[in-house]
Amino acid sequence: MAKPDHGHYYVPEGTYWPILGSIGLITLVVGFIYILNGGSGTVLMLAGTAVMIVMLFGWFGEVIRENESSTYHAWEDKSFRLGMVWFIFSEVMFFAAFFGALFYARVLSVPWLGGSGEEADTHTLLWNSFQAMWPSNGPADVGGKFEPMNTWGLPALNTVILLSSAGTVTWAHHALKRGNRRNLITGLAITVFLGFLFVGLQAMEYYHAYHELNLTLGSGIYGSTFFMLTGFHGLHVTLGAIMLTVILFRCIKGHFTPDNHFAFEAAAWYWHFVDVVWLGLFVFVYWL
Amino acid sequence: MTVPADLTHEDYGGHHGPRKGLLRWVTTTNHKDIGTLYLWFSLIMLFVGGAMAMIIRAELFQPGLQLVNPDFFNQMTTMHALVMIFGAVMPAFVGLANWMIPLMIGAPDMALPRLNNWSFWILPFAGTLLLSSLFVEGGAPAGGWTMYPPLVLQTGAAFPMLIFSVHLLGISSIMGSINIIATIMNLRAPGMGYMKMPLFVWTWFITAFLLIATMPVLAGAVTMLLTDKYFGTSFFNAAGGGDPVMFQHIFWFFGHPEVYILILPAFGIASQIIPTFARKPLFGYKSMVYATASIAVLSFIVWSHHMFTVGLPVGAELFFMVSTMLIAIPTGVKVFNWVATMWRGSMTFETPMLFAIGFIVLFTIGGFSGLMLAIAPADFQYQDSYFVVAHFHYVLVPGAVFSIMAASYYWLPKWTGHMYDEKLGKLHFWLSAIFVNLVFFPQHFLGLAGMPRRIPDYAVQFADFNMISSIGAMGFGLSQLLFAYIVIKTVRGGAKASDEVWEGAQGLEWTLSSPPPYHSFSVQPVIR
Repeated sequence: MAKPDHGHYYVPEGTYWPILGSIGLITLVVGFIYILNGGSGTVLMLAGTAVMIVMLFGWFGEVIRENESSTYHAWEDKSFRLGMVWFIFSEVMFFAAFFGALFYARVLSVPWLGGSGEEADTHTLLWNSFQAMWPSNGPADVGGKFEPMNTWGLPALNTVILLSSAGTVTWAHHALKRGNRRNLITGLAITVFLGFLFVGLQAMEYYHAYHELNLTLGSGIYGSTFFMLTGFHGLHVTLGAIMLTVILFRCIKGHFTPDNHFAFEAAAWYWHFVDVVWLGLFVFVYWL
Repeated sequence: MTVPADLTHEDYGGHHGPRKGLLRWVTTTNHKDIGTLYLWFSLIMLFVGGAMAMIIRAELFQPGLQLVNPDFFNQMTTMHALVMIFGAVMPAFVGLANWMIPLMIGAPDMALPRLNNWSFWILPFAGTLLLSSLFVEGGAPAGGWTMYPPLVLQTGAAFPMLIFSVHLLGISSIMGSINIIATIMNLRAPGMGYMKMPLFVWTWFITAFLLIATMPVLAGAVTMLLTDKYFGTSFFNAAGGGDPVMFQHIFWFFGHPEVYILILPAFGIASQIIPTFARKPLFGYKSMVYATASIAVLSFIVWSHHMFTVGLPVGAELFFMVSTMLIAIPTGVKVFNWVATMWRGSMTFETPMLFAIGFIVLFTIGGFSGLMLAIAPADFQYQDSYFVVAHFHYVLVPGAVFSIMAASYYWLPKWTGHMYDEKLGKLHFWLSAIFVNLVFFPQHFLGLAGMPRRIPDYAVQFADFNMISSIGAMGFGLSQLLFAYIVIKTVRGGAKASDEVWEGAQGLEWTLSSPPPYHSFSVQPVIR
């Protein structure tokens, strides 16, 4: 069972980034609380965001410098890998909550409101003319009449875009492993472009939904699940695209080697994660 | 296992001792410092949450409305739960994990030391945010810690504070858990296979998975509350096709594993302490590991037993009743193993052992009342009564909290290098054990007789037991001041503790000096 001798594990000296991160986070959140309570918190939110950005640049910058000066070895690398894997798992569970809400609404609550099963009292007593169907904005027609999003327009195109970007990032990864810098940078640049293209098209889709379909966040349970799922997904795509952009700049600076490029892989894993979530969205939100 | 003698005091690789002054605690990346911060934070929160409990019990001392108005009473029940769960018990366990896991597996520190600092330093901000909601317009959240809509959506200015403090606490827990998993998977000493890990490490390993799997679900649930209130969504609004019961499902999908998050590390602590003072190896090590894992897996398929009365289909009632009862099997294995470990051991009863035995006996009472509650048709009577209050306080106070006390007494000499005052420790145990039963045992009778929970006033036939319960609560609360006194006294001085501290203690942590050097196991020991 004995493992090979690892030598010395790197334990960093004291750091100011976490406390700065906490201050940024709480400032951001307090600003948002002021806004939600009808006050003005924009300045606080902006300040909090600025502090967070400084923190992220500083913290990641320090880790990158340490990595470039060969502070880390295979042992520390494995900790980073484990950290990223379980972080992505926690993100999966975050989406699971919203998918759970979607399935609950489609399989249980809307049919019950329509009078099926043992739980039909609400139907009988309150809304006995309501017929269950999907998409639905509920028996009270919350948000007014709307049209659901057409599956085979922009959403299908976005599926193609995101799947292709998964291909290009893998292509870039293979190029990195073979030491082919030109293909690496090309592949990654295309991936970043496709990522932001996806976000742009998603914004267009939202505009279309709000202005032509009367489909809004307030369109009952369909609008709620639609915008919550696609919205958080879009946010994660944006985050992933920013990560890949940073990695692209690092590639251009010549940061990675064929056998030491954890940051690249972490961003690529994250990218595949948003890709897989999108497939779930495409099937269960847009298509079925 | 062998440890080179010169290794424990080594100052390796250019690392020096702690930074001077207050900044040491703000900037630290050291698992011992961070563990200490967690433990102090949780002790403070224990008294904050405890003060709220005192207000609750003072109001319930007699029927009628005496001291506080009903809305403030509801704020107290809500905040008491949130503070105790997220502020006291969880941080205490994370603090123990921070201190002990690297020492127990022979690791140089936690795997991600900077992240570790952030996991802690989010907490004081999140806690302050939550507590400051007491002072805003409309008061603190008063809809219960379970945050059921539509009631919770009536919260005033405190509402977004509640939501975001839950988010922040969740971020802290997730980062802490990622760190614990990475540490256990990557930093074990050579030769320490998974099945050689001490049980406290095992139980935390499994707890960390539970946390990573469920805290994001809670984050999702409260995010939906936020959008329902401010952004016009209809997740929990039947008029729009949603369902308020949907929140309960999502919440308890988090909430039930959360219950085990609060108790699995306690199982680990008992499994460390009992063998030491019985001077026998733990009975059934493997079955302990498998039982813990089974409990964790089962915890994901039992959540609806919290909502038997909301109008579930009969099939669901049956499924969740049976799956809940299944949990009694691995839990029974654990209790059996602890008892079997003590069987014919050369037992001594120092304070940690007293708390550990108190834990086993009283936690088991909570387990049995849990079995009663698991019976769906019977639960229709118990639901939302004081019987439920008695049940979960038995598993959380003489369960989780007693285990934290036991752990504190057990490892304080290791942490500080000083022995605590054994006489005072034993006094603290007996006061706690007597008063805790005085608080919570009569609540079983109150619940069975029909007293509902979460009310500031009650019918006169409940007066006697409520008075007994309130007297017990004041006694229990005051006894904990003794605990704080003992801890502070031990930190400041006392008889010198040996390295092994306890005669029968096994494990890597006892091979280090008391207190251990600032950086321990910079070179890992080899386990054979």
